[in-house]
Amino acid sequence: MSKQNGIDAQTDGKKVEVCYVARVEGQGGINVEVTSIGEAKAKFKVFEPMRFFEAFLVGRKYNEVHELTSRICGICPIAHQMTALRAVENALKVEVTAQTRALRRLLSLSAWIQSHTLSLYFLTAPDYLGFGSAIEIAEEHIDAVKQALRLKKLGNDLGELIGGRAIHPISAVVGGFTKTPMKEDLAKIVLRLKREKEDIWSTVDLFCSFNYPEIDRPTVLVAISNDKEYAVNEGRLVSSHGLDSPEKEYRIHVQEKEVNYSNTKKSFINGGDFLSGPIARVNLNYQKLTPDAKKAAEQLGLHLPSYNPFMNIKARVVEVVYALDEAMRIINTLRLDFSEQPIKAEVGASCEGAALTEAPRGILYHWYKLDSSGIVQKADIVTPTAHNSASIEASLCALAPKLLKQGQDLTLGCEKLVRAYDPCISCSVHVLRL
Amino acid sequence: MSTEKKLRVAVYKFTGCAGCQMEFLRLEDELLDLTKKIEFVYFMMAQNRDEFERYDLCFVEGSVSTPRELQEIKMIRAQTKTLIAFGDCAITGCVPSIRNWLSQSDVEKVVYKDITPIRSFRLAGIEEYVPVDLKLSGCPPHKDMILEAIGSSLLGIRPDLRMHSICMECKLKENVCILTSLSKLCMGPVTRAGCGAICPTYGRECEGCYGPMSDANPFPLASEFRRLGITADDLVRKFRKYAGTSKEFREVSGI
Repeated sequence: MSKQNGIDAQTDGKKVEVCYVARVEGQGGINVEVTSIGEAKAKFKVFEPMRFFEAFLVGRKYNEVHELTSRICGICPIAHQMTALRAVENALKVEVTAQTRALRRLLSLSAWIQSHTLSLYFLTAPDYLGFGSAIEIAEEHIDAVKQALRLKKLGNDLGELIGGRAIHPISAVVGGFTKTPMKEDLAKIVLRLKREKEDIWSTVDLFCSFNYPEIDRPTVLVAISNDKEYAVNEGRLVSSHGLDSPEKEYRIHVQEKEVNYSNTKKSFINGGDFLSGPIARVNLNYQKLTPDAKKAAEQLGLHLPSYNPFMNIKARVVEVVYALDEAMRIINTLRLDFSEQPIKAEVGASCEGAALTEAPRGILYHWYKLDSSGIVQKADIVTPTAHNSASIEASLCALAPKLLKQGQDLTLGCEKLVRAYDPCISCSVHVLRL
Repeated sequence: MSTEKKLRVAVYKFTGCAGCQMEFLRLEDELLDLTKKIEFVYFMMAQNRDEFERYDLCFVEGSVSTPRELQEIKMIRAQTKTLIAFGDCAITGCVPSIRNWLSQSDVEKVVYKDITPIRSFRLAGIEEYVPVDLKLSGCPPHKDMILEAIGSSLLGIRPDLRMHSICMECKLKENVCILTSLSKLCMGPVTRAGCGAICPTYGRECEGCYGPMSDANPFPLASEFRRLGITADDLVRKFRKYAGTSKEFREVSGI
């Protein structure tokens, strides 16, 4: 078992094989080889078992799609729910109210807070502080770990307040919410958001103090974007190279390929890999950040444009600051109508609908075709980690020869890079052929 | 003063979504205190340490669906004192088990063009292959149940897990019954307690994500659903969701 399942890393200076990368969600490994002339080949191998969501979604009803796809991922269930709901609503032409949109945005921001905090403190920080886990960090930096736990709990509690449950929420349904959160509960959580916002600058300092490797490989940055706000749940598909397209035309621009060594498919735009996630969003939607989030970016020394995937880490800190600000703004400006009920969807004709959102790790795409009774005929789901898997390999190729030249630990360096992407491997394994 | 021996705890993930592990990490208030009494000797999502022997308590999230997992669960069993089926996937296969009603090769072809490298079979809970000492039901199981499992193991007593239906919790919350009063198709009467009746409290029917209660009898509930106008297909979908493969629900869900 140890051979198969443990970290089985052999480094003879030219070759790295990590069978099971620790401190990422799910089961994946990396394989990097550097030739004598300094060229590198890399494979991001996912051995996470397949679960075939697109197959068994066929035959299920429109109003349970979000509930089922939530189970694709226990770290980003909210992102899957929001995307599935919007895709189904787009298919059935359901227009939700402004209140529903605000509460959904709040729910997604709660997920960003908890997911980014988990990634920053539990998965990333141990590498840079020289520990094996956040629990070990606590022995020397108890305040930082306590802050992380508070912040993560706050994200979870906000999710629970809006969605009924933090992991696999239950109150978000097609057309709206089954319950509107109570004013006094929202008031309580605003106080906690405020307190964590005051403390967040120590997080900024901590993640500013680390040395991140440089990868100066220009790449295409991809995110969703809209004119009103820092895009989370809705927007057009845009890139650093001029792409600007409505979400329903996603499949015209993004192609997928299967590879025989991994259970995750790879995505390409115009035949090339691309980078999606926090650093792509901060690059492309910087103007929509709050002043304090911009201030955090400045303090962190996050210079834009940045194509370095390690800057995902700094971008996560920036987005936590933004999410705290934006959650407070939404709650403070909400005018809640407690009598609001979910808008009823009418089935009757076969239809299809797509949606793109920003999950904590990057763009997430859902597409469904429904028959005249509202039963799923076809499904297509592409997750952030599937979007990024080609980019992970290309970045490993750029990084490995550099690490060798500098005489640095190749295995650790490559693992750090994978963790900077914060891949969510359970998510990435499933997928459909069109 | 002798140093107290810590409980050796492992957390494994098989075919699942990591939500159960995320619930484990949701013990934000308790985690640091817990580590005074227990040590995580295997928890790949949270740390580098990976020891493969002598577990006092092993939480296995996810179901068995590959030859490798089948081999692994047997090895884990051999070195584990208390083996915990952690969440619905490890008990019944949960939502992904819906695929068990479809032909495996058809399922594979829908998703992948080249199915030759696929090593995957019908998924099942871990008890299908090895004896299990404890089952924490739920999608995900509430973190209090995780604490109960660890606490009882530390004390050497039997854990107090709820086997009765969610209706008891719902009554304690003084909710109006949404099945009898609002005619919503609530799975509460046959579903195991533990979540605190969240769904009815949030104004909607229970979907049964904690799986069947002990001695659940789904037939009268199915009749009641039919009386309220559910279609035959919807009824099957209702029971074939979180625990369609369980012995309690398999007849209603169409085995």
